[in-house]
Amino acid sequence: MSDDIEQLLGRARGEIEAAADLRALEQLRVDWLGKKGRITELLKQLGGMAPDARKAYGERVNRAKDAVGGWLDTRKRVLEEAELNAKLAAEAIDVTLPGRGEAAGGLHPVTRTIQRIERLFGDLGFESVSGPEIEDDFHNFGALNIPELHPARAMADTFYVNGGSMLLRTHTSPVQIRTMERHVKEGRTPPIRIICPGRVYRCDFDRTHSPMFHQVEGLYVAEKVTFTDLKYDLMTFLSRFFEREMEVLFRPSYFPFVEPGADVHIRWGERWLEVLGCGMVHPNVFKAVGLDPERYTGYAFGLGVERFAMLRYGVDDLRQFFNNDLRFLQQFA
Amino acid sequence: MKISELWLREWVDVPATTKEIAERLVMAGLELEIEPAVAEQPDHVVVGRIEKIGPHPQADKLRVCEVDVGRERLQIVCGAANARAGMVAPTARVGAKLPGGIEIKAARLRGVDSAGMLCSAKELGLADKSEGLLELDETAAPGTPLAEYLHLKDRVLALEITPNRGDCLSVQGLAREIAALYDRPLKKPAVAPAAVAATESVKVEIEKLEDCPNYAGRVVAGIDPQARTPDWMREKLRRSGVRCIHPVVDVTNYAMLELGQPMHAFDLANLAGAVRVRRAAKGEKLTLLNQQLVELNAGELLIADDRGPLALAGVMGGANSEVSERTTAVFLESACFAPAAVAGTGRRHKLHSDAIYRFERGVDPAIQREGLERATQLILDICGGKAGPVTHAGRAQPPAATVNLRHERLNALLGHAIGADEVERLLPRLGIGVQRAGQGAWTATVPSHRYDISIEPDLIEEVARLYGYDRIPAKPYAAELVPATQREGERSAARVKDFLAARGYQEAVTYSFVEPKLQERLAPGAPSIRLDNPIADTMSAMRTTLWAGLIPAWLYNAQRQQRRVRLFELGACYEDRPGGIVETMRLGGLVAGEALPEQWGGAARPADFFDVKGDLEALVGAKLSCRKAEHPALHPGRSAEVRIGDSAVGWLGALHPSLVRALDLPAAPLLCELDWAAVRAAGVPRAQPVSEFPSSRRDLALVLREEVEAGAVLAVARRAAGAHLREVRLFDVYRGAGLPNGCKSIALGLIFQDYSRTLTDEEVDASVQSVASRLTDELGASIRI
Repeated sequence: MSDDIEQLLGRARGEIEAAADLRALEQLRVDWLGKKGRITELLKQLGGMAPDARKAYGERVNRAKDAVGGWLDTRKRVLEEAELNAKLAAEAIDVTLPGRGEAAGGLHPVTRTIQRIERLFGDLGFESVSGPEIEDDFHNFGALNIPELHPARAMADTFYVNGGSMLLRTHTSPVQIRTMERHVKEGRTPPIRIICPGRVYRCDFDRTHSPMFHQVEGLYVAEKVTFTDLKYDLMTFLSRFFEREMEVLFRPSYFPFVEPGADVHIRWGERWLEVLGCGMVHPNVFKAVGLDPERYTGYAFGLGVERFAMLRYGVDDLRQFFNNDLRFLQQFA
Repeated sequence: MKISELWLREWVDVPATTKEIAERLVMAGLELEIEPAVAEQPDHVVVGRIEKIGPHPQADKLRVCEVDVGRERLQIVCGAANARAGMVAPTARVGAKLPGGIEIKAARLRGVDSAGMLCSAKELGLADKSEGLLELDETAAPGTPLAEYLHLKDRVLALEITPNRGDCLSVQGLAREIAALYDRPLKKPAVAPAAVAATESVKVEIEKLEDCPNYAGRVVAGIDPQARTPDWMREKLRRSGVRCIHPVVDVTNYAMLELGQPMHAFDLANLAGAVRVRRAAKGEKLTLLNQQLVELNAGELLIADDRGPLALAGVMGGANSEVSERTTAVFLESACFAPAAVAGTGRRHKLHSDAIYRFERGVDPAIQREGLERATQLILDICGGKAGPVTHAGRAQPPAATVNLRHERLNALLGHAIGADEVERLLPRLGIGVQRAGQGAWTATVPSHRYDISIEPDLIEEVARLYGYDRIPAKPYAAELVPATQREGERSAARVKDFLAARGYQEAVTYSFVEPKLQERLAPGAPSIRLDNPIADTMSAMRTTLWAGLIPAWLYNAQRQQRRVRLFELGACYEDRPGGIVETMRLGGLVAGEALPEQWGGAARPADFFDVKGDLEALVGAKLSCRKAEHPALHPGRSAEVRIGDSAVGWLGALHPSLVRALDLPAAPLLCELDWAAVRAAGVPRAQPVSEFPSSRRDLALVLREEVEAGAVLAVARRAAGAHLREVRLFDVYRGAGLPNGCKSIALGLIFQDYSRTLTDEEVDASVQSVASRLTDELGASIRI
């Protein structure tokens, strides 16, 4: 009797271990443990047994049933894992294939540079303002203390439109005039802290001159603005812009709308490079816009955006900025 | 302006090297470069005198000279046409190395020995071109090394001044500046007034004193027409880049370089009557020294005599009164012309001269007499002759200008305290007198050459400049700060640009001036603005559309093998409208090539209208719509007016095929241009409740006539679907098999939802039924099951 069970168990174990897949295994579960399964069939013999033998036999059959169930479960786990592994292997991809979809475009280096300047001065409380590019003589020259026939006008070869009645602004300085005028008109008083980025135009075209380029004008007017403030703000800006401590030199210079005036130079390798013009707002400028030069002082500066972009990004030809060659532009994405 | 360093050092004695002086000047605001006086110092070149000269037995063009070079005489074969006995010329001895590498060896020229070479200016590196031997003063001692004789161990200071510092445009001016910086005395040579020995004089009349506040003139008669400008003067002029022309002209140039007073000499023989400083009448004509005939504009300042114009005042003399080798008497003019009176003349006639360069910037109004005397002295020395009396016209010398300076203001503007004693020490170095005027204030007396100083900040700059900008510290400060306005309801340009860049667009910056013909095709009839003085025809019209810049930018790239180009630009367009010039910021885009970069995942297809529309919708949001409309530059079947809400804000479409052909373009790009103000207006979000209840979706397939627009279908569906409709998705458009001719099928996904409950199937079905029947009634749609 007992040998029968042992024999059956031996067979069951063999069959279970040989099961090739989950379906075959499920069939074996039915074959051995199902309602008509071979182990189940053994229990049917209990009816004809003496009570003592029945008990012992029953226990043995139940143990056999547990053993087969255990083997089935173990085999099932093994087969499931194998099946998952096969599925994972089949689903593997070549992760080195290029990604799909749109590629990134990018911003123009001039925009990038202006945004950087705007953020740096923005942190210092400077608001970015703009003004017209086609200007009148008063805002581009007269109010800036550049009278007609003044040699300073020759410093900026001017494009004229409409028979000379209007001009393309030669610098972003007219925006400081318009901003101060607006303040006065609206009855607001300084402080004024603005920067004015934008396009400017000069009648000059070669490797180092473009008929159109960009400037950022800065203006700070309040009751006690000093030359030391100017130096501090510009030196801080220059070091922040280039992300290193810059050696900066202020040299006396002349712009009709400031007095005292200065050129700002930075140490660039062996050389000193002029990167900015600046100075204390000239009293005639305050008078032109209706601010009291006795009460207010201010500083103004102007910088060439392309110059900063060239230094920052190592661009050596000004004309590249306006060719819009994608191979050039994409380097700034 | 270029000035010899040795000349400068005659005027001021500073214990500093050239380099140190240059650096000091640069730090004081004068741009400066140092150049050598000669490219290469000639050695073994000495002063030689041709004692004898005879023909060469074998060559017509060569002659044999006997040249005294001090201790010996050399036989030298020479081919120069101007060689003559008694002539003194630079002589390169055997062993000399000339600039440019010529090495002098003992030679036999056509059978005659030659022990050196007589030199031209060019051969010595003293001129770019020259004719014949360089003739030297007869008094030059033979044997003297040329470098010593001409003081060639010199340097030239090339000065670039800012327009306010015209006072530095002379040896005197620059020396004065150096003297001030180093606190050294100015060694100004004394000029005694010439003894009046001739009676001739010319009357001078000034029409308007504002034009010419001061005019000093005199005749120098009996000058030697054979006189020669001496070597010392020639060399100084050469180092200043001034050509020698005639001893009298050379003297006037020399006096100008030395003192800063431009002068002119007229041939007295060609003057008739009085000399007048007057404004020109329109149409008067004058042939200038450079042989240019100018037709004068009314009001231009002239020097004229009884017969007519003699010179453009302060700019250039006329040919008719030019001094020449026949001149024996001259009338010297030493005048101060007001910058405003002469600056325009030079610019209008595009004339440049050393004189106008100085007058435009201002000439010291107090040195006319001094200049005249200096020139007289030099002419008498060089050309002989007799000086006539000085004729003077003009204003009485105005009193020196005074400017007040407050100590407190000085320190307040600089933000740095400079002591009163320092101020009183620094300003006088510049010749500015300072006198205390009450507590903490001065009255400064400004010398006549510093006409640029007229207000207090000018004096403050002078103090700061001499004190040193580098000694004024950079100080952190407290300021009244107001947070900058942040308009949340507006999309910032930075955000929009980043957005477009993320969708594959590259930002372009194109010129504001464009090709007018291209622009006229893209925007016919737009009131464009032309430049009066463009750089080129192709850059002569201010753009009225960004496409006029974007299309050339695309072409530039297309010609460089870039097939797929996506560009955008944010910038102004300019129009001349009846009320004046209007500048409008616009956002423009150009898309050409494939919809996506070349890739492996799917079939490539060209970008189309809907790709760009999708980009714009993503940027602007649901308020953006397109209305079929025609634009002269766009394909009539593929163009739309772009609307945001109820306003037309721009255009989107494919470039018109006829333009593609006319402009010879490789393809038809898609173009869009939107008004920036409209794109920017985003509004501040208002949050709506989100429903917790499930939504129900029903799909509807419609068959419609081809001409029925999707926009109409969506509008009807939205109107008919009732309050529970959350969203309509148009998810399919089908044309082809199974549909009647001229029809298309559109599939809609309708999504319904309520905020307070789950909708019943019956409610949803009823809404769908309403949509279906309205579409049928209004648009003739049939529903496909």
